[in-house]
Amino acid sequence: MLDCGMHMGFNDDRRFPDFSYITQNGRLTDFLDCVIISHFHLDHCGALPYFSEMVGYDGPIYMTHPTQAICPILLEDYRKIAVDKKGEANFFTSQMIKDCMKKVVAVHLHQTVQVDDELEIKAYYAGHVLGAAMFQIKVGSESVVYTGDYNMTPDRHLGAAWIDRCRPNLLITESTYATTIRDSKRCRERDFLKKVHETVERGGKVLIPVFALGRAQELCILLETFWERMNLKVPIYFSTGLTEKANHYYKLFITWTNQKIRKTFVQRNMFEFKHIKAFDRAFADNPGPMVVFATPGMLHAGQSLQIFRKWAGNEKNMVIMPGYCVQGTVGHKILSGQRKLEMEGRQVLEVKMQVEYMSFSAHADAKGIMQLVGQAEPENVLLVHGEAKKMEFLRQKIEQEFRVSCYMPANGETVTLPTSPNIPVGISLGLLKREMAQGLLPETKKPRLLHGTLIMKDSNLRLVSSEQALKELGLAEHQLRFTCRVHLQDTRKEQETALRVYSHLKSTSLMAR
Amino acid sequence: MKLYCLSGHPTLPCNVLKFKSTTIMLDCGLDVTSTLNFLPLPLVQSPRLSNLPGWSLKDGNAFLDKELKECSGHVFVDSVPEFCLPETELIDLSTVDVILISNYHCMMALPYITEHTGFTGTVYATEPTVQIGRLLMEELVNFIERVPKAQSASLWKNKGIQRLLPSPLKDAVGVSTWRGCYTMQEVNSALSKIQLVGYSQKIELFGAVQVTPLSSGYALGSSNWIIQSHYEKVSYVSGSSLLTTHPQPMDQASLKNSDVLILTGLTQIPTANPDGMVGEFCSNLALTVRNGGNVLVPCYPSGVIYDLLECLYQYIDSAGLSSVPFYFISPVANSSLEFSQIFAEWLCHNKQSKVYLPEPPFPHAELIQTNKLKHYPSIHGDFSNDFRQPCVVFTGHPSLRFGDVVHFMELWGKSSLNTVIFTEPDFSYLEALAPYQPLAMKCIYCPIDTRLNFIQVSKLLKEAQPLHVVCPEQYTQPPPTQSHRMDLMIDCQPPAMSYRRAEVLALPFKRRYEKIEIMPELADSLVPMEIKPGISLATVSAVLHTKDNKHVLQPPPRPAQPPGKKRKRVSEDIPDCKVLKPLLSGSIPVEQFVQTLEKDNCVPG
Repeated sequence: MLDCGMHMGFNDDRRFPDFSYITQNGRLTDFLDCVIISHFHLDHCGALPYFSEMVGYDGPIYMTHPTQAICPILLEDYRKIAVDKKGEANFFTSQMIKDCMKKVVAVHLHQTVQVDDELEIKAYYAGHVLGAAMFQIKVGSESVVYTGDYNMTPDRHLGAAWIDRCRPNLLITESTYATTIRDSKRCRERDFLKKVHETVERGGKVLIPVFALGRAQELCILLETFWERMNLKVPIYFSTGLTEKANHYYKLFITWTNQKIRKTFVQRNMFEFKHIKAFDRAFADNPGPMVVFATPGMLHAGQSLQIFRKWAGNEKNMVIMPGYCVQGTVGHKILSGQRKLEMEGRQVLEVKMQVEYMSFSAHADAKGIMQLVGQAEPENVLLVHGEAKKMEFLRQKIEQEFRVSCYMPANGETVTLPTSPNIPVGISLGLLKREMAQGLLPETKKPRLLHGTLIMKDSNLRLVSSEQALKELGLAEHQLRFTCRVHLQDTRKEQETALRVYSHLKSTSLMAR
Repeated sequence: MKLYCLSGHPTLPCNVLKFKSTTIMLDCGLDVTSTLNFLPLPLVQSPRLSNLPGWSLKDGNAFLDKELKECSGHVFVDSVPEFCLPETELIDLSTVDVILISNYHCMMALPYITEHTGFTGTVYATEPTVQIGRLLMEELVNFIERVPKAQSASLWKNKGIQRLLPSPLKDAVGVSTWRGCYTMQEVNSALSKIQLVGYSQKIELFGAVQVTPLSSGYALGSSNWIIQSHYEKVSYVSGSSLLTTHPQPMDQASLKNSDVLILTGLTQIPTANPDGMVGEFCSNLALTVRNGGNVLVPCYPSGVIYDLLECLYQYIDSAGLSSVPFYFISPVANSSLEFSQIFAEWLCHNKQSKVYLPEPPFPHAELIQTNKLKHYPSIHGDFSNDFRQPCVVFTGHPSLRFGDVVHFMELWGKSSLNTVIFTEPDFSYLEALAPYQPLAMKCIYCPIDTRLNFIQVSKLLKEAQPLHVVCPEQYTQPPPTQSHRMDLMIDCQPPAMSYRRAEVLALPFKRRYEKIEIMPELADSLVPMEIKPGISLATVSAVLHTKDNKHVLQPPPRPAQPPGKKRKRVSEDIPDCKVLKPLLSGSIPVEQFVQTLEKDNCVPG
C-alpha cells in the first residue's frame, strides 16, 4: 500500500480511505505485504493510526527517518484539534499513534530493503519536504516507482528530486500542478519580499499562515536573509510550540537539506534564525508593523485564525497565503474573493486587509513531471494526486511526448498492466564463454544460434550444453541416422558408377545451396 | 580470482581484488606508524628538541648528525615526518575500477592513490565516512603544514647507510617509498572522486558485479562490503564491532554463505576489555585532577572521543569534577562535534530515538552549552586567554609527533603531577613517548579498541559459514609478545589463508555458472520433456545477445521470405516453432518400435 492519507476537506467518515476496497472480509495484514509512507504530510499519512490500530494491520510500515520522527507529532497535533477542540468521537487516541509508530521500519536513502524473499523497495530523494522520498518497488525484473509528492527544482532549504534511469514498468506520479508551468522562483520570491516590505514600511502587519513544517522554513530563510541584507528592524515572529521544535528537526536532519546548507552548517546553521523570534499571544495587539508566521496554514483554526480576526479590519494589514487551501476553510473563502465572513456566533467579519496568494508549495510543475518521466524512462505512467481535468491534459502530453501509455484511474477503479518479463536462468560458464568467443569472430554477420539444453528441476533452471545435460543425468546419447536404399541399374563398373553418383549428388547439392 | 595485498598493516589494509572482469581496491589505509621514527614537530620553538645531540656511527663518523638525533638512547630522523604508503608497484593502479572504503581511518592514503597513479575510477564510501575522513585529512595536513620544516632528510634512506643504523630504523621497510604529507588541494581532488552510498545499497559495477556496504558497528558510517555476482559472494570485513557504542550495530546476517570472507581490522589489543579501560580512564583522570595535575589525552578528532566525552558527562558530577575545564583542541574540533550530531540515521537505536524527540544525540552538546567543554582550533588565539589549570586536554595527534599535543608534552612533561592517558590503540605508547624521555609525567595506557576480538571472530565465522577465510598473516599466529596465547589467533576450518605485504593470492574459487535471461517469446517455444520424476529437459536454440555484461537469449530469427513467392500455403509460410527437437537417449523398446514402423508401412515387406 502506497501512502495512507486523510482528506482535509471532510469531517465525517469520508476523511479516511475506505479500506474495504483492499479486502472485504480478510485481515489487512494477510493481504498487504507492506505499507510505504512517502512523507509526513497528513494527506499522505493522516489515516495511518486509524488504518493500523482501528481497522487492524500488523505488518511493516516503511518510511524515512525524518518522516518517522515528525509524523507522530503531526498526527498528535491533528488528533488534538479533532478530538479536544472539535470534540469528535470515534477517533484514534495518542496510544494508538504510539502503537502504530512501533510498526514503522525506517529506511535510508538508496538502501535496498528486502521486504520478503521476492519484494524489495528502495527510497530516492524527493525534495518537497524534509524526509520526503520516492519509492522503487521491485520483484525480480519488474518494478514500479511511486513518487509521493516531489519537487524537481531545488529551493532555499531542500534539494531537487532525483531518480536514476531505472526503467520501471510503471511510474505512479503525483500531478498537483499538471498544467501549471511556474514562472521563475526568483520572481515569486522578489514579489513576496516586495509585498512584505511595502506593508511593514507603511506600518502594516503581515500575517503568513503556514503549516509548521515545510514552507514555513523556506519562507523564514527567505525573510531572514532579506532582513539581514536590508538591515531591517521590524520584528518577525513565529507562532510558538510546534514550529520551534520543527526548526530543531531541520537542524538535526541537516543531511536531508540542500547542498549549500549542508556545506555551511558548521559555520552558520541556517535554521538558527537571528531575526525571527517566538510569538506571544499578547504581541498581536502591539502597535506598529510586524510579520507573523502562524499555524495552521489554511486559517481553519488555531492561532493563525485568531490573529486574522484581530487584523482583518485594517486595510493597512496584509495576509499572504503561501499554499493551497481546501474548500470550506477560511483561507479558501478569502482567496475566492469573499470579503464578509460569517464567524461562530453569527458574527460577521469584514475583511479589509489585503489578501495575497503566492504559490510556494514544493510540487513539481508540468515541466518537472515531464522531466521525471524522462529521467526514469517508465513503460507506463499513472497519474494520481491531482484534478481530473488537468490530469487529462498532462496524460495526453505524456503519451505524445514519450509514447508510453498513461492512466488516470478514479477512486475505486482498477488498472491492469500486462508485463512480459524475461526468465532468469543459470548458464554454464563453459557454454557461455564458448559462444561468446565465437560471437567475436569476424565472419559472423548472420546471427549465430546457441544450442543447449535447459534442465528444469523444481524452480531451478540451468542451461548447459547437451553433452553435459546427458552426462549429468546419466543418459546415453543415441545417434539417429536416416538411410535410404535405392536400386540402380547400370552396366558400368561399380567404381565408375559410384563416382558418377557422387559427382551428380555434389552438383545438385551445390545447386540447392 | 586474485587478491593483491598492498599493505602489511592488519588494521590499515589496502588490498586489490580481481573478480570477474572488475578490479576492486578494498580500503586505502595509510601506515602512520612510520612517523614514530621522526622527531616531534613542536608548535613553539623547543630548546630541548633543537639541542639534541647528533647521532654518529660507532667509529665516530658523524656525517649523519644533521639528519639523525639521539634522545635517551633512541635515534630519530630530524625531518618532515613521512608516511609508509601502500605498494604501488605490485599492480598497475591505473587499472583499478573502484575503491571501496570501509571506514574513515582506512582512507587516509586515498590522495596518494587517486592523484598520482593514473587512477580514473570511482570511490565508494558512506556520507559520515567521507565527512569525518575529510576532517582527519584536514587535521593531518594542518598539523604538518603549519610548522614548515626546512630540512627533508634523505641520506639515511640510502640502503648502504640504513644497514648501519640502530633498530628500529635499520628494520624499517621500503623507506625509499615513504612520502611526505599530501596537500589540501590533493585531498579535495581525491574526495571529489567519491560517490556517496548508504547501507544495503546495491551498486552495479559494469553489470558484472554488485557491491553493497553493510553496517559494521565500529564507527560512524563504517561498513563491511559484500562483493557478489549471481553465483559467487565475497565478504570483506574490516573494522567491525559488536559492542554497543554510538554507531549503528553490525549487520552480521548478510555475511552468511560467502565463498570467501576477507577478514581485516580486528582489535589491536585483544587482551584489553574496552569497558574496563574506560573505567580506568575515568578514575585516573579524576585522581590526577584532584591532586592538582593536568590530564593530556592524545586522540583523533572523531571516534572514541565521542564515547569518552559521553562517559565523562555522566561521571564528572559524581566525581566532583564539574568545575574542571575540558579542552578539545584541533583544527577540526568544532566541525567534528557539529558533524557528530547530524548523522542520526547512522547511530545506534538509543541515539536515534533522542533525535526523534528532537534532542541532540550526543551529550557533548550539553557540555558545550554549560561551558564545561570548550573547543579551539589550536593553542594559539582564544585558547591562551581561556586556559586554566588544572584541566583536561583532548588533542592530537596520537603519535605525539605533530599537532598541539607536542606542545602539551613539552609543557607538562616535567611535572609528576600531570598525566598523559593513551586511549588510541594505533601506536605503541612507549615508542610514542621515546623522544620525550626522560619524562616525569605519569603515563597511563588505557587503549580502547572496540573492534572484534578473537572470541567474537570465531563466533562470527561459525555463524557466517564462509567456505574460505583470508586474513593478514598476523592473525594466523599468536602476537609475538604473547606467543603462548594460542587463543589470540584465528581458528577456523579449513585454516585461514594468510597474506603479507606485496603478496598476490590466488583465491580458491571456481566459477561455474552465469546468469542469462530467456526472452518470453523464446520461453514460450520451448518444449520440456520430463526425463526423470521432477526433472525436465528442453533443448534450446537461440541467439545470444550480450550487452553491458548482461546476457539475453532471443528467439532465432525466422527465415526471410524469398521475394516473389507470395502465393504459398499459409502452413509453409510460417515455420512451426514448436517442432519437437528431442534429445535422443534412453532405452529403445525394440519390439514396440518395429511394430510402429510396420504400422506406418515403413518396413519393406
